[in-house]
Amino acid sequence: MGLDRRKFFKVSGLTALGLAGGSVSKVFSGEDSLGTVAPVRPEGPLTAQRWAMVIDLRKCHEQADCNDCVTACHTTHNVPKWENPKDEVKWIWKESFEHAFHDQEHPFQQESLKHLPALVLCNHCDNPPCVRVCPTGATWKREKDGIVMMDWHRCIGCRYCVVACPYGSRSFNWRDPRPKIQKIEPDFPTRSRGVVEKCTFCEERLARGMLPACVEACKYGAMHFGDLEDPHSNVRELLSERYTIRRKPGLGTNPEVYYIV
Amino acid sequence: MYDAGKVILGIVVFLALVTFPLWYNLAGEVSVAAPELEKAEGSQCVQDAEWMRGHHMDLLDDWRDEVVRDGERYFVGPDGQRMEKSLSNTCLSCHVNKDKFCDRCHNYMSVDPYCWDCHVIPKEVM
Repeated sequence: MGLDRRKFFKVSGLTALGLAGGSVSKVFSGEDSLGTVAPVRPEGPLTAQRWAMVIDLRKCHEQADCNDCVTACHTTHNVPKWENPKDEVKWIWKESFEHAFHDQEHPFQQESLKHLPALVLCNHCDNPPCVRVCPTGATWKREKDGIVMMDWHRCIGCRYCVVACPYGSRSFNWRDPRPKIQKIEPDFPTRSRGVVEKCTFCEERLARGMLPACVEACKYGAMHFGDLEDPHSNVRELLSERYTIRRKPGLGTNPEVYYIV
Repeated sequence: MYDAGKVILGIVVFLALVTFPLWYNLAGEVSVAAPELEKAEGSQCVQDAEWMRGHHMDLLDDWRDEVVRDGERYFVGPDGQRMEKSLSNTCLSCHVNKDKFCDRCHNYMSVDPYCWDCHVIPKEVM
């Protein structure tokens, strides 16, 4: 072969330069592998600067047997139903008042409040600790409307967020959830084993112009959903008229689910 | 070199073993026919077939990020039609038979995408 060491290094150096140059020029030319696909606004999505929810626990209390919101949410989002509580996956559920608001409870609380079932879900905190700890960016706070989102494609199942969330709003799929979903809803994906999931304020429904499934399912008007930044919105009016509390406000997470008690 | 005969013989045997699949296939004229894929039901795909063959995985990755991360759920097809960026609802509405379209080619190419671990095949649910 007529290629000595010196020549070999010259040729390989030039080749490496050429390859690097090729990819750099591609970056600078703004070449897009997909070409022409342009984003289009869908017709009538529901938008807000800051989504928030107000839950009227008194109305919930009057209808103690009602589980419509939980059922609606869990069927819409293909949430599996496990018998073993260790495997449990939940997006919205009922908790006793003393558990949901343990820092606002005392032994001589009025009887009605004590046994009040409190509806709990992801609080979509303004300062979400789950987002801060996620190592892959699989969970993040959407800048445009404050929803704490989940990207199940990126979740590696480290469960750091589960530990960080002070509200227990996150569930981990210890097992393949598919066999435990009673009827799979084709419009929404299921999750796979090893992925964390939680409420997303129905961002997929908002994009189609629909209210969250739980709010829509509530026959008694106990759940209100609206824009916190709009002073005339339903939630702002409720917040200014009624006494409301939040879960664990002292932690500084700034939860965006408010409760009328 | 000590034991030149043995060393050279060893190298020859090693090369023969390593390249065995290559010349076995050449000699045996083993040919695997490209899989017969089912025709789509719709008239127009989001891009032309040749491009899709090579780049559908990039397209799906881009759609995934645009929908989940940026909330951009719609795109305009080549014929001006507005469609949802959705594997289950848009792709599979024309390529109705996943077994005879996606799976056949993926098996042939020996790739195992995990889209379907989560994304629902509408027909299987019905």
